[in-house]
Amino acid sequence: MALKTPLARVLGLGSAKSGVDHWWWQRITSIALIPLGIWFVWSVISLAGSSHEVASGWLQSPLNAALFVSFVLAVFWHAALGLQVVVEDYVHTEWLKMAVLIAVKLLVALFSVIAVLLVLRIFLGV
Amino acid sequence: MAEFTLPKNSKIVKGRTYSSPTQTGNLKTFEIYRWDPDGGENPRLDSYQMDLDATGPMVLDALIRIKNDSDATLTFRRSCREGICGSCAMNIDGTNTLACTKPIDEIKGKVKIYPLPHMPVVKDLVPDLTNFYAQYAAIKPWLQTKTPPPPDRERLQSKDERAELDGLYECIMCASCSTSCPSYWWNSDRYLGPAALLQAYRWISDSRDEVTGERLDELDDPFRLYRCHTIMNCTKTCPKGLNPAKAISEIKKLLVARR
Repeated sequence: MALKTPLARVLGLGSAKSGVDHWWWQRITSIALIPLGIWFVWSVISLAGSSHEVASGWLQSPLNAALFVSFVLAVFWHAALGLQVVVEDYVHTEWLKMAVLIAVKLLVALFSVIAVLLVLRIFLGV
Repeated sequence: MAEFTLPKNSKIVKGRTYSSPTQTGNLKTFEIYRWDPDGGENPRLDSYQMDLDATGPMVLDALIRIKNDSDATLTFRRSCREGICGSCAMNIDGTNTLACTKPIDEIKGKVKIYPLPHMPVVKDLVPDLTNFYAQYAAIKPWLQTKTPPPPDRERLQSKDERAELDGLYECIMCASCSTSCPSYWWNSDRYLGPAALLQAYRWISDSRDEVTGERLDELDDPFRLYRCHTIMNCTKTCPKGLNPAKAISEIKKLLVARR
């Protein structure tokens, strides 16, 4: 039985006093992804059908490698922030929500490390 | 996890049919959600035939006519019948609005009336708004100051400062906006919802209020404020023509501005 007042239920554990950073970085990454996304799609189209050497050579240019790493980091950062919101919206079982949030964060971090290492490998030619 | 179907005892079944006591030819059918907490039966959709020549122009006029002439058990809230008390907010023709300011002739075909969506139902068209009102109380909707009031007069406000409150003070807390918001449907236990947030912004915007920072502190929360995903159902449905979505985005802008 719960005899808590409605106001006590609404006030709950109080304000988290955070949330603005999440919102702000979601906006910043989405702004960054407008030019980076156009550049990425344009590059993929212009490289379509070219040989492995040409494509590797393209990624060995410092500008292309820098933009590619920026694109990968912005995409994964934005995805992590967005997926977090989706999970918080729809998963209402507390332990499951926590487990999925942790899994999302770790997987996104792992994928971005892998992606950056692969770009570096081609960029450095090792 | 999210539930995608209604529980068995919430499924709506076909209800009774009532024909109009007068028959002038200008007839319209009203389909109304009915649920009685004492009966133990599923909710049902009752069908009432209405003679539009014998009733007033608004949906509330028809509801009162039904209650007087056809079925005295039909339960709904109403008071002012002029869009200022907010009691008769309900879902009419698929949109949350006030029955008293919704003209019947704006609705094509049958008039379908349900209680405000995703709220516990007390009876028929009466939703339980306990949580909604508690959320309003939680934003402390009153003037808070640190400077003592002048001994000989009220706290002054310039015309421009007063104009800041236009589009905010008109809110009558009818709950149409909050109950139209999917984010509020899924997370109303922690998300304050558009109505309470518009009211919060009303006090943040008040030039006489001196606890703006504390008010923003209370809202800086992933659930209380940031469950708003700019879906805009609130602004679309508001029967007073207000813009809660804009008020929420102004709060978000203020939180960025003070970082």
